[in-house]
Amino acid sequence: MYQGIRIAGFGGQGVVSAGILLAQAGVEDKKNASWLPSYGPEMRGGTANCSVVVTDGEVYTPIVSAPDSVIVMNEPSLPKFEPLIKKGGLLILNSSLINSRPTRQDIDVVCVPCNDIAKELGMDRIANLVALGAFIKKTGAVSLQSVANAMKKVYKRAKPEMLELNQKALQAGFDFVK
Amino acid sequence: MTEKTLRKGNEALAEGAIRAGARFFAGYPITPQNEVPEYMSAYMADAGGAFVQAESEVAAINMVYGAAATGTRSMTSSSSPGISLKQEGITYLASADLPCLIVNVMRGGPGLGSIGGAQGDYFQATRGGGNGDYRVIVLAPNSVEELGNFPKLGFELAEKYRMPCMILADGILGQMMESMAFHFDPIDPRALGKLDWAVDIEKNGRPKRKVFSYKGDNLIADVTERAKRYGLIEKTETRWEERDCEDCDVLLVAYGLSSRACLEAIQKAKEEGLKVGLFRPITLWPFPAQRLAKLATRAKAVLAVEQSLGQMVQDVKLAINGQTPVYLNAYPAGGQPDGNSILTAVKSCLNGGKEGLFDLQEHAEGFAYECKRDLSLGVQGDCKGGK
Repeated sequence: MYQGIRIAGFGGQGVVSAGILLAQAGVEDKKNASWLPSYGPEMRGGTANCSVVVTDGEVYTPIVSAPDSVIVMNEPSLPKFEPLIKKGGLLILNSSLINSRPTRQDIDVVCVPCNDIAKELGMDRIANLVALGAFIKKTGAVSLQSVANAMKKVYKRAKPEMLELNQKALQAGFDFVK
Repeated sequence: MTEKTLRKGNEALAEGAIRAGARFFAGYPITPQNEVPEYMSAYMADAGGAFVQAESEVAAINMVYGAAATGTRSMTSSSSPGISLKQEGITYLASADLPCLIVNVMRGGPGLGSIGGAQGDYFQATRGGGNGDYRVIVLAPNSVEELGNFPKLGFELAEKYRMPCMILADGILGQMMESMAFHFDPIDPRALGKLDWAVDIEKNGRPKRKVFSYKGDNLIADVTERAKRYGLIEKTETRWEERDCEDCDVLLVAYGLSSRACLEAIQKAKEEGLKVGLFRPITLWPFPAQRLAKLATRAKAVLAVEQSLGQMVQDVKLAINGQTPVYLNAYPAGGQPDGNSILTAVKSCLNGGKEGLFDLQEHAEGFAYECKRDLSLGVQGDCKGGK
């Protein structure tokens, strides 16, 4: 198993944080993992993205230029990352905020209304975890339990009720994908 | 201890250095290595050491110069343009035979360059960016784990041979997070005993010990004597890693982050039935020339992969000395190699193609350049010109 992932969205949507969580979950699963934030003149309100690798073997380069999976959380990220996905790869699309649809026919597309689901749970900010839940269901790259364990390490200062809410968002995304 | 944790490269390096007994750090902020001084500012005092944010890179390296003279495990870190500023201090450390650790988290250059990862400082690191006949031991990690574990090796080599040691990383390695483990227990430097040359007061009839950068009138004797250590290091301290090197048609040579893209290329090559190996120098000086030369005789071609216009490739050519053709797959100024682009270059090596292979003179084919002067703009030195 070698999963190269790109997660992209607006700064503040938690795409970088979701990436760290995924990498930490990989470590919890005794896998090798890497995480790399994007470089460039990105600023607040602009787009942010990160590369994550989770693998049973060794991580090659941490720069994921041809991802197996992409999670896009906002409109501008779709045209930027859709072309990079490997043939037969996975695209998780936040349909709450993205009106366009991908044009490629050779990838697996899953539309998840991340922000709507998150709002139903009571907090818009946890849309990133809804997307992550959907990704885990589709790929099995890490287990739900390991993400739960990872949360305690990554969000060290989070209150228990916040962790619980995060957990619910993750589960909701997981359950959304049939 | 062997349990793997997720750490950022720069933080692993800083933690590794403290564990390795570093008790003096001086630095000046520069991206992409800021997490190193940040970490030091938070944890160095707890370890009983001193952290100083200096007023400049020049000040920082000279503080290290002073601290190193006391035998304290001392270090500084910076990124490319900052390392340029430190060169005067480094050559003085070399002349005073002082051990220290210098970390360069390389970014794009020349000049201010960019804040992304690059490998453009190979010449500066291995050839001595400062003046005079001296060497610096250069270690090139390619993972967060090595970033965390090399400070110990660096301090040990520096102290063994009484000279500066440099860890040459890059912006990507510094910024990435990865699962890693430390392979040594934290060292308490107070348990190590004093170095017999460290500056000290007069004690028990022993005269006070001093450290000099200028030792008097016999510079030739000093430099040739020191060169014996350099020769010994070249003979005994080369380090490298081999992957599928014994039976390959194309032998890749790459250090640091580039070497990891090579692993992807090797995997892709295997799927296509091509035999490709990787030789990864871990010490850039001393360069593992002998072993590389031996392995190269069995390959059809050697391909250096580096994130520069071609710097390490010169050491590769020196080592191989014309026995096997040497090519270059270059990614200058912050360009990043990936498995596919390297594989394209590998195929060119095998079929005589040119795609992916960089040759400076071919690159300039058909290019003409002319220095243009225009009298209508005024004349040199005429301040009234150009109205």
